[in-house]
Amino acid sequence: MKSVIADGLVKTYDKGKVRALDGLSLDVEEGTVLSVLGPNGAGKTTVVRILTTLLRADSGSATVAGIDVMKNPEKVREVIGLSGQYAAVDEILTGYDNLVMFGELYHLGKKNAVVRANELLERFQLTEAAKRPIKTYSGGMRRRLDLAASLIVKPKVLFLDEPTTGLDPRGRQEMWGVIQELVKGGVTLLLTTQYLEEADQLADDIVVIDTGKVIARGTSDALKKQVGGERLEVVVEQAHIAKTLEIVGAVSGNKASLDEGIRLVSAPVSTGSAALFEVLKSLDAAGIHALDVGLKRPSLDDVFLALTGHVAEEKKAEVEEKKKGRK
Amino acid sequence: MSAVNDVLIITRRQLLLLSRVPEVLIFSTIQPVMFVLLFRYVFGGSIETGQPGGYVQLLMPGIFVQTVAFTLAGTASGLAEDMKKGLIDRFRSLPISQSALVIGRTLGDSLLNIVVLAVMGIAGYIVGWRPSSGIGSVALGFIFLLFFGYALSWVGVLVGLSASDARVVQNVSFIVTFPLTFLSNAFAPTTGMPRALQYFAEWNPVSTMVAACRELFGLENQFGATAGSFPSENPLLTSLIYMVIIMVIFIPLSVRKYRNYAD
Repeated sequence: MKSVIADGLVKTYDKGKVRALDGLSLDVEEGTVLSVLGPNGAGKTTVVRILTTLLRADSGSATVAGIDVMKNPEKVREVIGLSGQYAAVDEILTGYDNLVMFGELYHLGKKNAVVRANELLERFQLTEAAKRPIKTYSGGMRRRLDLAASLIVKPKVLFLDEPTTGLDPRGRQEMWGVIQELVKGGVTLLLTTQYLEEADQLADDIVVIDTGKVIARGTSDALKKQVGGERLEVVVEQAHIAKTLEIVGAVSGNKASLDEGIRLVSAPVSTGSAALFEVLKSLDAAGIHALDVGLKRPSLDDVFLALTGHVAEEKKAEVEEKKKGRK
Repeated sequence: MSAVNDVLIITRRQLLLLSRVPEVLIFSTIQPVMFVLLFRYVFGGSIETGQPGGYVQLLMPGIFVQTVAFTLAGTASGLAEDMKKGLIDRFRSLPISQSALVIGRTLGDSLLNIVVLAVMGIAGYIVGWRPSSGIGSVALGFIFLLFFGYALSWVGVLVGLSASDARVVQNVSFIVTFPLTFLSNAFAPTTGMPRALQYFAEWNPVSTMVAACRELFGLENQFGATAGSFPSENPLLTSLIYMVIIMVIFIPLSVRKYRNYAD
């Protein structure tokens, strides 16, 4: 069964001048994780806002847990959890206060709200910080609390809009752990991200969007295949390069190429690990010790570049930062 | 009933916020008390009133009205702050009454006004303010003030939700409320103003409110302009009409803005 269906969503801003969504369709199978992957400005947040009833689409239709988002927004709100790009909690209040308040707003009643708040604080390892104001929390703790707030009534569908944007690597790792736990528990999740690695780690299915449209969809593996096959890579001592080029070329059936600086010999292969095995055998027979050997599959970065013709925003920002640094 | 409950939870949230940052309460009280002292001792000596008890009798209603008028700014910046932090998104994604957040916010701000007015009243008493009407009339005066603050709070909702930045909100609210409170009979007679401003001051809701409070506190409103005009003859009624008009216009506009605020 499909838990989320969006069909031909269009949303424009500035009297039609900016098309944030341009006929976007997607769906999420119950109990699975869909990642909506795209650069800044691709329309990720707009999709989430429409599906969570915060924004009305100009045209198109959408259902969440079988409920029409446009016709019955108040029913949709009863079955969803949303955690946005910012930790939407009261900074001045404590983690405990925030969760109890949201529990009461979900009509749990004071007593149950307290019980639920304590459960969630425990589960997200925030019990110690429970009585401290949120402003003393780290970025990762804030996000965890925000996530906890969206799980107060076990939602049928959970929406996470860029759950790790702005977190340091450690905070991101923690957040991934928490989300993976949720996924194991069988939650239906729609997650947006601009981190290719994140989609790869967390999602069953990936929808790649750019300028308000879906440009590719599939599993992470399928998307990688779309871009091209694997490459076999071997690193050897300087003295063995010529022979290695020969061996790798023979196994591959194509001419092997060399990256001289790092003494990396590589060639495209189509037989995967069998080719790897063959190369290792031949190298061994020739008495060559490989320093490093592996099969490299295209990364989602490569996928993105191949699909959109431009580098994902995250990389672009890095490149620009480097440029600035040089000045 | 659950809608009422939602509103109460939001109102409680605001009181909780206040209790966690007592500075907010302290500063929202210090400012009006400072105005009482400054006007009482700086202008009090040079403005002839002919009023038994002196200038402070006429001044206090003026400062009370000015203070509740600033509720507009408080509500507006509070909401702008919530918006910036993404809290409004969260509230709007909850299965609660869609106007609970704004109603709760306006009620919370009015509760704050009760505290502020009480402290100002005490400060006024210390520097010689003595309302000469009965306790019932004085109480009615304060109810009027709270009601006026509540009405303006709804203007604040619209300002807060329309603004792009919390700092802009503060400035916009200030630019609106400051002239309104000074182009009135709150602190000085309007008879010295240019003719056009006199008419403005005459019909200014701040003036009618101040005149109404003076009446309820047992004073003659000597700072009015032309005698015989409708607002100066019927300040209570005119103020009441103003408050109803403000709410009839701004409550639906604000609620609508809240519901579609992202569009």
